[in-house]
Amino acid sequence: MNNVSAVTKTPNGTETKVFTKHCISITINDRSEKLQVQPWVSLLDALREHLNLTGTKKGCDHGQCGACTILVDGKRINSCLTFAIMYDGADITTIEGLAAEQLHPLQQAFIEHDAFQCGYCTPGQICSAVGMLSEGHAHTREEVKELMSGNLCRCGAYTNIVDAIMEVKESRYDSI
Amino acid sequence: MTPFNYLLAKDLEEASTLSQQHANSEFISGGTNLIDLMKENISKPDALIDINKISGINEIEELHDDGLRLGALVKNADTAYHPLVQKNYPLLSQAILAGASPQLRNMASNGGNLLQRTRCYYFYDTATPCNKREPGTGCSAIGGYNRIHAILGASENCIAVFPSDMCVALAALDARINIFGSDGTRTVAFADFHRLPGDTPDLDNNLKPGELITSIDLPAEGFEFHSSYLKLRDRTSYAFALVSVATALKIEDGIIKDARLALGGLAHRPWRDVKAEEFLKEKEPTAKNFSTAADIILRGAKGHEHNAFKIELARRAIIRNGLTAVN
Repeated sequence: MNNVSAVTKTPNGTETKVFTKHCISITINDRSEKLQVQPWVSLLDALREHLNLTGTKKGCDHGQCGACTILVDGKRINSCLTFAIMYDGADITTIEGLAAEQLHPLQQAFIEHDAFQCGYCTPGQICSAVGMLSEGHAHTREEVKELMSGNLCRCGAYTNIVDAIMEVKESRYDSI
Repeated sequence: MTPFNYLLAKDLEEASTLSQQHANSEFISGGTNLIDLMKENISKPDALIDINKISGINEIEELHDDGLRLGALVKNADTAYHPLVQKNYPLLSQAILAGASPQLRNMASNGGNLLQRTRCYYFYDTATPCNKREPGTGCSAIGGYNRIHAILGASENCIAVFPSDMCVALAALDARINIFGSDGTRTVAFADFHRLPGDTPDLDNNLKPGELITSIDLPAEGFEFHSSYLKLRDRTSYAFALVSVATALKIEDGIIKDARLALGGLAHRPWRDVKAEEFLKEKEPTAKNFSTAADIILRGAKGHEHNAFKIELARRAIIRNGLTAVN
């Protein structure tokens, strides 16, 4: 990690504090990226504002809604509640990185099961479901509901979201 | 959020030194509570000391006395699903999985779980007085909306509750907390770690400035045959406890030989009462005996305008969870 110093002055100019910008390298959706961030830039803002990956959504910005869910080293996290600077060297997957030549099975299943209305929570729902299926702790419909509880859907598409996940879990996920 | 500098600590010594060099600094691991507090301008550090790259405190390992050491940096999810935790300490696994969401459990560290701050709405609202946030300004919850607040161990200065589920189980299991600081290492019994509000509600625990939690030790006895965690809340998942109960029993020939009862959502720290546990020893695990134990625990309970329901709710939760733990 290389650091670049920057000087910030308070409005009246009497006090000078030195804050440091940091250069970090991350792999996002199989692409290497270098970016320079101030320490207080959330990982979510780094994705959306610095890398123009706006598929990941900002809902509550407090870790309560799950719209910002992404996969870091394969694990689902809330990108709003962490700082980009802490992810030097990390491997990140966002909703933009799930589809290859075809849609990811979960993306296809969400379409087939009408698992969204406005769609704002959908990228987070899908990334969360990918993370949940690889964790391997959800076996029943009830367990899927419990382990998807970190993703809110204000349109109330929950039933169809669970339908979509259950179909992928039971029929297709093992083959991808 | 107030601007801050970011410092990456390579080992415990450096973390401790950096902390002394920067008086208004915070350690960061998972950050799931700290960053939220920073966004709300409740926590305003000048520097964040990232401890995530420190080696030696990110493992779960067996101890020579058959106990288990949980590294401070191990994530809550990795702890809850660890085979030895699931096998020998199902109470802890159950309690961790009752808290937060899967995403947050993937981020939050074991050490940080112990250090999370209350979710009292007035503590979070910088427009209102709060003795925990700004000592001496008063408590807005007393006489305010206090449905989620404490019924045990509160003071006239603060009726906030401690929000962790994991810690309720750790209290029941008599965990020990290993701490590193500039004066060396020390170990604290779980019961001596968190504080009651008293006249200093701004202090949540007994960590000294610059000290770091390095690990949490679980004794060999995990009560794996008769334990249960019950969490009652406003929705079935992803909500803080109104009342929670960790019950751990050792039963021989239908008689209770050892009992642990820890309550969450009711006080400024996980609440245990040795008198209630002593009462249960050498008794049958019946609803009547759990009811008497509940009366002992709740004898000093004091409700406020909106949370008096918690007293009866806690009594029923203790009975129900006692019977669940037996089977």
